[in-house]
Amino acid sequence: MSNIKYIIGSFADPDELMHGIDKLQANNISIYDCFTPMPIHGIEAKLGVRPSRLPIAAFCFGLLGGTLGFSLLYYTMAYDWPMNIGGKPALPLPDFVPVTFECTILITALGMVATFFYRNHLFPGRAPRVMDLRATDDRFVIAVDANDNTDHEKIEDLLKEAGAVEVKYNERKYVSYE
Amino acid sequence: MSSHNESILREPLVTGKDITYAKVTDDILLPVENKPNKAWWIGFTMAALGALLWVVSVSYTFWTGIGAWGLNKTVGWAWDITDFVWWVGIGHAGTLISAVLLLFRQNWRNSINRSAEAMTIFAVICAATYVVAHMGRPWLAYWIFPLPNQFGSLWVNFNSPLVWDAFAISTYFTVSLVFWYCGLLPDIASVRDRAAGLKRRIYSILSFGWNGSVKTWQRFEIVSLILAGISTPLVLSVHTIVSMDFATSVIPGWHTTIFPPYFVAGAIFSGFAMVQTLLLVMRKVLNFENYITMFHIESMNKIIMVTGSIVGIAYLTELFIAWYSGSEYEMYAFANRIAGPYAWAYWAMMTCNVISPQLFWFKKIRTSIPISWVLSIVVNIGMWFERFVIIVTSLHRDYIPSSWAMFYPTWTDVGIFVGSIGLFFTLFLLFLRFLPGIAIAEVKLLLKSASLQQKTKLVKEGHLDPEHVEFFRNSLSKYDSVSEEDIKELETK
Repeated sequence: MSNIKYIIGSFADPDELMHGIDKLQANNISIYDCFTPMPIHGIEAKLGVRPSRLPIAAFCFGLLGGTLGFSLLYYTMAYDWPMNIGGKPALPLPDFVPVTFECTILITALGMVATFFYRNHLFPGRAPRVMDLRATDDRFVIAVDANDNTDHEKIEDLLKEAGAVEVKYNERKYVSYE
Repeated sequence: MSSHNESILREPLVTGKDITYAKVTDDILLPVENKPNKAWWIGFTMAALGALLWVVSVSYTFWTGIGAWGLNKTVGWAWDITDFVWWVGIGHAGTLISAVLLLFRQNWRNSINRSAEAMTIFAVICAATYVVAHMGRPWLAYWIFPLPNQFGSLWVNFNSPLVWDAFAISTYFTVSLVFWYCGLLPDIASVRDRAAGLKRRIYSILSFGWNGSVKTWQRFEIVSLILAGISTPLVLSVHTIVSMDFATSVIPGWHTTIFPPYFVAGAIFSGFAMVQTLLLVMRKVLNFENYITMFHIESMNKIIMVTGSIVGIAYLTELFIAWYSGSEYEMYAFANRIAGPYAWAYWAMMTCNVISPQLFWFKKIRTSIPISWVLSIVVNIGMWFERFVIIVTSLHRDYIPSSWAMFYPTWTDVGIFVGSIGLFFTLFLLFLRFLPGIAIAEVKLLLKSASLQQKTKLVKEGHLDPEHVEFFRNSLSKYDSVSEEDIKELETK
């Protein structure tokens, strides 16, 4: 049993990375993940990653924000302590629009970003789980689980054929850990 | 797909030869990974001195109260609110570039959004300080928010645009900051993975553990898109509400329905001018000429011209409506602006805001870097005068002639204003020193579609309409970062 945990194919070009994914998939080799310095459009479809449900979360947070904002206004202006301001109504709906709107936007933005950070485990101080340090610079990386896919030579050949400039055998999952 | 070929008719957004992904990272991180050069130190020293002046003036104001300013019982708002509106307006371009241009899929935003957003945040910080300072008792500034309290459960008056403003500005600041920081994460990760030692640890904390996996990028793009979607109405609402601080009052010259669109156009106008002022220097000093190209400069000048024209029409409409309304106070307010004691400010505003941007109709002018830079400063001077004219000339002579008065600034007024510019530049220079001034990941996206290199390759491959190639070649002549040889290379046999 070798100590190799992951096989890392690093490409210099995003199109070659896509080509590499095709080749691996055609040979029934499962891909663990890809790491790229920029978003690659169309890669989710290829890897079968489901569309993000963040828009739904954002919408719910928007509803929450709008409700909270309006409730605050209603409670303070019309319920808790209605004031006579120049004889105007205590529940002036048009005047409530700006603050309700701002609350909606604020809660939508904060809630959605918080959900994004929570789901992707992003927070200040989290140890970066990086498999190839150049994946945030100029390398487009395919990671293959070496235990699930045992024919390592074939994987290397396929990656090289697709244009990988380097194939690494990582004994540690994340090279960024010190 | 990243290799989607863009039409040859579109001008390149990234110029230069042998631009690889690695070179993009190297070029953009150069100021972050190396000791700052002399130009940075000179700029930083000057800005820090300005910031010091700001600290002194603001401290003096807090110590003595707003009697330190030139205000009197007639002119209760003057430089403070002028500067506040000026800074908030400047802040608008950042969100406009990052949000509205994203929604319209204007790829040229990719290399200017980061610094424009940073500028937004720093401008809003400057603006917020005036709001706090003008309250007189800044330690009670939290009274503007509806907090449960011991004063008989009195809440704030939500009918007041000043309360709306507190909500709008704080929401705007928060959302801009979140938008900016989310965009920074991948680039901070780039710095992190190239650094060592303590620097690596610090950037590691700042990067939130970003690793660029498929799912991270997928969610990142969704978050950017939705944040852009909600920031667009937000940015419009902010300056609309700022304008309502005036428009909902009964002061002649303020009580007009034209204010919201007029203020928003003015905000975009001054914001783009400030972006231009900063970027023209930044691209030169930090050698970003290949990323912030003549196309970017020209596009921004076109926006300045359009919004400047909108502002010009708004000024004329105001004049017409003052006359058409038949209201004697309204008519006097405008006659007083044109020919009263502050007429010089009015004409300074008219010249800087209405006439000077019209020069951008000439291609020679809008593609000239020195002239663009000077005009961008002229526009910002004009926009400062616009706010001064609106605020002071309307207040100093309103309904009762016995209360008429003049406003003269004190050294504290001047100190806070000049100081806030120093504060702004201090923050901006620190930003350029420690964080990537251009969105690295987003520029990399352009490399295989909108770069000159890619387009040259396409031309060399042939199969293109020679007329289109000719058109493309001609469009390159304005670029200062493209040499004659580069253009010659495009000649088809």
